[in-house]
Amino acid sequence: MDKSPSELAFRAYEHRVGRCWILTGFVLLLAVPTAICVRYDAWPPFLWVLKGLAGVAPIYWTIGAIEVLTYVPMLGTGGSYLGFFTGNLTNLKVPCALNAMNGAGFEPGSEKGEVVSTIAIGVSALVTTLVIALGVLLLSSIRGFLEAPALQPAFTYILPALFGPLAVVYISRDPKIAAAPLIFMLVLFICVPSLAPSVGVMVPVGALIALAAARILYKKGLV
Amino acid sequence: MEAFNPNNGFMYGVVAVVVLFVVAMSVRFILLAWKRGTELGIDPSVLRKTAGSAALFTLVPAVSILLGVLALSKALGFPLPWLRLSVIGALTYETPAAMSAAAAVGRDLSTLITDPKIFAAIAWVMTLGIIPGTIWVPAFSSRIERGVMKIRAKDERWGKLFMSALFLGMISAFLGDVFATVRQGLRGWIPVFVMAASALVMCLCALCLKKLHWKWMEDYALPISMLCGMALSIPITNLVNSVA
Repeated sequence: MDKSPSELAFRAYEHRVGRCWILTGFVLLLAVPTAICVRYDAWPPFLWVLKGLAGVAPIYWTIGAIEVLTYVPMLGTGGSYLGFFTGNLTNLKVPCALNAMNGAGFEPGSEKGEVVSTIAIGVSALVTTLVIALGVLLLSSIRGFLEAPALQPAFTYILPALFGPLAVVYISRDPKIAAAPLIFMLVLFICVPSLAPSVGVMVPVGALIALAAARILYKKGLV
Repeated sequence: MEAFNPNNGFMYGVVAVVVLFVVAMSVRFILLAWKRGTELGIDPSVLRKTAGSAALFTLVPAVSILLGVLALSKALGFPLPWLRLSVIGALTYETPAAMSAAAAVGRDLSTLITDPKIFAAIAWVMTLGIIPGTIWVPAFSSRIERGVMKIRAKDERWGKLFMSALFLGMISAFLGDVFATVRQGLRGWIPVFVMAASALVMCLCALCLKKLHWKWMEDYALPISMLCGMALSIPITNLVNSVA
């Protein structure tokens, strides 16, 4: 399946646009703490920042690199630039993109799949921004409702509620490939529950196991 | 010098610039994709349905992100958490980053931080902790894409299986994570019950699609299942708590 020249040209254009936006965003992000320091003449000691970073940077930077390797092929060019910059990838943008490609009936990794993935991620980012803005503006009237103890399970268990239906869609398509990574992850997390906060690190492990299983089954003509 | 308040107009102004940038970037990429979709011959109704379904899909998770803003606002005010949860961040990253930075200066997040140096240190840690993502994507995404393209060009069937395997690897990791608390007794099974409930709703949606030919269900089955799963988590939790 060779890519048409127009597709290659479009991807190259998307990369140029994406680089321009994301690098501008990079500068803007660094400008926020800089602006606080300048405005209040309050530059924190370097050691404070270093100590704080030591607690999170090694794991976050590793997970960040892993997420790029895993999610870029799923989201496509535009979706990746937008998704990685707007954040909330695992809990929102990636499932939203998968849902969009599945609903439209386009293959992930195809150009049409990438188009709907980018639209879904963009709309999701806009809706998230709007909901947070409205939430902050209307805070006094909705805070009691949002923080009602009776409602908390709904927000606590958002990931199980999200990945249950996703599992139905994708496992039912390729149950033979799904078996090996699924069994491995179930056994692993039941035996070593302390891994739960680092689930992001386990995503490429699951992907490697799934790829190995898929390759073996494909070579044997079983899928 | 003006006293520092994390909720002051200056902070809202700074954050508004970045949030507006996010809005502009989203609009730019939506327009780019929409135009390309039209060129590729995708029916505009498909693109409209994609946008509608994505909006519905996002509503409730966005409220949970808002709850994250509320939680962090006790110590950091509203603007900074709003920014961190709108750009690159996620609640799972930002709360530990803020806690780690506060601990490094001998503080916690139980009260509003009004010392600008401590606040700035937390802002730097939250920003630098997550910012490499903006470098990795432009640095590596085109190489990753070329690799995937090569695989697909060489063997299309294997290319499709390769993508499926990536999804299944990700889904397996998160499904495994759902079972991480089952050794804690019946309450530890609540996430599993919620996952099973939402999966069951998804099966019912598929049944409606197949038997009743509700074509619209194709676009909304996942958000509906997720919302039902979240709603069902309330009686499930109450039921488990009453017997455990």
